[in-house]
Amino acid sequence: MEKNKSLVARLNSVNEYEQEAIPANKLKGWRSFLGTYAGEHTAGTEFVIGPLFVAHGASAIDLVTGLILGNILAVLSWAFLTAKIAVKTRVTLYYLLEKVAGNRFTLIYNLVNAGLFCFLAGSMIAVAATAVGIPFDMAMPQLTDVYPNNLGWVLTVFAVGTITTIIAMFGFDQVSKFAMVAAPWMIMIFIAAALAVLPRLGVTDAGSFWSVAESTIWTGVPLEGQSKFGFWHILFFAWFCNMAMHIGMADLSLLRYAKKWQYGFSSATGVFLGHFIAWIASGILYSLFLIESEGSLTFAPGPIAYSAVGVAGAICVVVAGWTTANPTLYRAGLAIQSINPRWKTWKVTLFVGLFTTIAACFPALVMMLLEFVALYGLILMPVGAVIFIDVYLLEKIGLTSNYAQVSGKRLNSAVAITWLVTLAFCLLLNLMVGVEIFFLGLPGWFVAVLVYVIASKITQRK
Amino acid sequence: MKKLLIKLLSFIGLGLNIVPAMLVFSAEMTPDTCKQLMLAGTILWFVTAPSWMNKGQEDASQE
Repeated sequence: MEKNKSLVARLNSVNEYEQEAIPANKLKGWRSFLGTYAGEHTAGTEFVIGPLFVAHGASAIDLVTGLILGNILAVLSWAFLTAKIAVKTRVTLYYLLEKVAGNRFTLIYNLVNAGLFCFLAGSMIAVAATAVGIPFDMAMPQLTDVYPNNLGWVLTVFAVGTITTIIAMFGFDQVSKFAMVAAPWMIMIFIAAALAVLPRLGVTDAGSFWSVAESTIWTGVPLEGQSKFGFWHILFFAWFCNMAMHIGMADLSLLRYAKKWQYGFSSATGVFLGHFIAWIASGILYSLFLIESEGSLTFAPGPIAYSAVGVAGAICVVVAGWTTANPTLYRAGLAIQSINPRWKTWKVTLFVGLFTTIAACFPALVMMLLEFVALYGLILMPVGAVIFIDVYLLEKIGLTSNYAQVSGKRLNSAVAITWLVTLAFCLLLNLMVGVEIFFLGLPGWFVAVLVYVIASKITQRK
Repeated sequence: MKKLLIKLLSFIGLGLNIVPAMLVFSAEMTPDTCKQLMLAGTILWFVTAPSWMNKGQEDASQE
């Protein structure tokens, strides 16, 4: 009963100010954003993304320059797109979207978002399972695996998935507090693990790092069956891996608490700790594993971290995977619950957790994480373009912003058309012209802007 | 004073995660010793940090 009470209280606090602008006395200082971004972007995904760059044959110079420039572009996107709109409107993406696109569109958006959250949480459950399985000598998944290949893997994933789901049902606040505590420690583990294995790679002093990085760690040669990644892949991936959050505007929910739009620059802590240092560190660990295992295709962050720094490394993989999976699962549950708010949160989360756990059994979810992350941002990007144009342009060209609210429509067809046409354009660009998924976001954004302006002109004239 | 002591222990815990790795890098410590010290540091961090860290976040948010 006590748990139920606290759950209701927590849900109420989560919903606070969702339907209104943040009052001035609730705004937060820059330190809060520095900590939140640093914590959110050093996560379980970092244990997978860094190694996948190695597997895709990124060269050292492409990796470093691509990451620096891509991360700078991501920070600029957070500051100049998301934070400016967040400070101007002071409402969540969902509330703004309801006013612009109507509640029926928001429902569809929520469902799509929930599905994507499930797959992301699933990949993190799988990452945690690779560490949990170490004491049981479990056979680990291979880089080329799509389906689960042994019963031990399925049982471990289900054990991790069950615990994650149960905690997501009752303990969102505690998990988010735990994640904040774990963040600085995780960054230390990433750095320590990389430092501790450098001598095994032949790096004996700081001066010899770059030559070993070029010749041994990021050799520029992809593993068998993997596509080749160059500078532009790295740059666009670093820029767009959180596209849903900045250009897609999901972080309006966070940055609406900022006193000034310049707080958007605090995202630099997240990207340069998580998406630079942690990716480089996890790449170093994977590279050592490849050398010592003579090119084994096994892909398991748990044993790799354990081999580098022992039990602390394995705990880090579990904590990183779990603290990412847990809130993601909770958010997916809330998004599904928006279909029918009378559904019990715990029942929805239980269902979502079961679906996610089944998905986590498929190693392809981890092995294709780069493509999935890019797809996730791409799918949610058109909505960000719509918000951007609605806030800055529509009234200037004589059209009505917040059209769904003003016209009383439950679905603004201009937004729906924009979403469908943009995604269809990106799909065609991929299938017909062969443009890889990592590069579709940029042309897609301009198409979304153009389509939304034209579709708004047509629909509002009617 | 007690809070300061707990914070100090937390930072010692963090230090136990990074300093031994630096010593391994400079060939002044064996990897096995490093692993043990890192586990000790991890335990120290998680035992002490929760008592002041989330409080710190709440304070920051009130700025």
